Amino acid sequence: MTEIPNDRRYTKDHEWVREQDDGILAIGITDHAQAALGDLVFVELPVVEDAIGSGAVCAVVESVKAASDVYSPLAGTITEANTALADAPELVNSDPYGEGWLFRLRPDSPTEIEELLDNEDYARLLTELDD
Amino acid sequence: MPFIPHTPSDTVDMLRAIGAKTIDELFDEIPEELQCAGLEAVPEALSELEIGRLMRERAAQDEVGLNFLGAGAYEHHIPAAVWELTTRGEFYSAYTPYQAEASQGTLQVIYEYQTMMASLTGLEVSNASLYDGASALAEAVLMGVRVNQRSRSRRILLPESLHPHYRAVVRTITASQGISVTELPYDRETGRSDLQALDCYAEEDLTALVIAQPNVFGVLEDVDALADWALDHGVLAIGVVNPMAMGLLKPPGDWGHEGVSIACGEGQPLGVPLSSGGPYFGFLTCREALVRQLPGRLVGRTLDVDGKPGFTLTLQAREQHIRRSRATSNICTNQGLMVTASTIFMSLLGPEGLKRVATRCQARAAALAEAAVTVPGVEIAFPEPRFHEVALRLPVPASRVLGGMRESGVLGGVHLKPWYPELGDTILACATETKTDRDIEAYALALQAAIESTGCAA
Repeated sequence: MTEIPNDRRYTKDHEWVREQDDGILAIGITDHAQAALGDLVFVELPVVEDAIGSGAVCAVVESVKAASDVYSPLAGTITEANTALADAPELVNSDPYGEGWLFRLRPDSPTEIEELLDNEDYARLLTELDD
Repeated sequence: MPFIPHTPSDTVDMLRAIGAKTIDELFDEIPEELQCAGLEAVPEALSELEIGRLMRERAAQDEVGLNFLGAGAYEHHIPAAVWELTTRGEFYSAYTPYQAEASQGTLQVIYEYQTMMASLTGLEVSNASLYDGASALAEAVLMGVRVNQRSRSRRILLPESLHPHYRAVVRTITASQGISVTELPYDRETGRSDLQALDCYAEEDLTALVIAQPNVFGVLEDVDALADWALDHGVLAIGVVNPMAMGLLKPPGDWGHEGVSIACGEGQPLGVPLSSGGPYFGFLTCREALVRQLPGRLVGRTLDVDGKPGFTLTLQAREQHIRRSRATSNICTNQGLMVTASTIFMSLLGPEGLKRVATRCQARAAALAEAAVTVPGVEIAFPEPRFHEVALRLPVPASRVLGGMRESGVLGGVHLKPWYPELGDTILACATETKTDRDIEAYALALQAAIESTGCAA
């Protein structure tokens, strides 16, 4: 059973979104996603201060034989990219919900996050995928 | 002999298996008005005997006069071993084969090629080649736009002194991708990019600056100043170079304080013969940090399960079979055979041999320029330094002079007026290591005779 923390929201594309105390959102991929991709060798990150539309491709995670787009779950402005991943993309595999975060974003609309899946919805989605 | 492996009964079996009556039925979703009923302009098939004769007649139309043409494709001596080895059955295929790792010899050749090109351009990584120099530059520009994320303009500065074919190809390939091209004028006195004109762009957002060495006039650009200007203004620098000149000149990786990020060019001078315009091949090299934005195939060296060294295709997540529409490019290894020839050519010459050839090219062109100006009225258009080409200003209409020289068996140069109307009766002549003192004498005599026979006063 993959781990699904209850302190954040999720998307159908297997990304997570955690709202920090300052209203900034941290975004990464889920444990399920990292396991499906296998060992990551490279992460292409968004440019800080870029304005990103909801659903736009803003990062790419690359394993040895696959490359997968990461979509921005919400519209907003990139405030930070996890530069530690340049030298250590394996952090996404070893700690997808912590050190393996991808980027941070200031959302255009702070309430939009409530439209995303909660941990129980996401757990149900994974169960459906298994069936 | 049939070259299509399906027999008529195979075709019938296959159609039956998928439930179609005729082959045409497979295409019935294409509206009739878009279907092509016949190929009227394509002539009837010829027999091998007939086609052989036709091709020999066509080939005979290629003039084999004393050749002083350059302008992007160059005559060099190719050691006999180069094509003797390249056309061996083991190498005689253009592409990387399917299951590439089963063909370790092919991969090793590409790996050696990449190592040589990276070293020749002073950069860390090379891909396995592209179609030709001009499309290599277009790929370099696309790569530059992906890489330089500090710039938002998608605007490229191309020197006017870059070969006009290269500029046209870059425009064709980049136009539909939202990339705009601006041209940097050259100084009419020196034939070099105008550094003062460059400063007009100091306050503007430019994504990349292309630097040609040598430029289309054979003139050497102030590449250090150009590369440093790009560095100082957050503009990505792309070098487009003649690989033969690299035997003598500073490689793009060393231009200015930090060198360029990407280099490219036409590989033809390295062992590929002049042959009615091709096939040639393009090369593309870059800094290691940019490797994931590099288009094309890459061969790497690795260890197999037994710990023995071997070669493998690497970083394939950039490529179309994995990344689909977001791949860096759809280029593979179409020009593999040319790459094999150039790898053998470079390994036969070695760095010292390449330097000797390049040095001799430059000396021959200097001798050509000296001989040409002994002809009354002929002037050198642009001052040194040059590589192996020289622009000559003629006192009479250039096309008539070139026509006259041609009649006496000398291909005297390329008329620059169609490309650069402001240069008037100026021709571009090239002398590589293949030209002897007698050849150059013959050039001067033919030039003088052709000028005199135009009957125009000098």
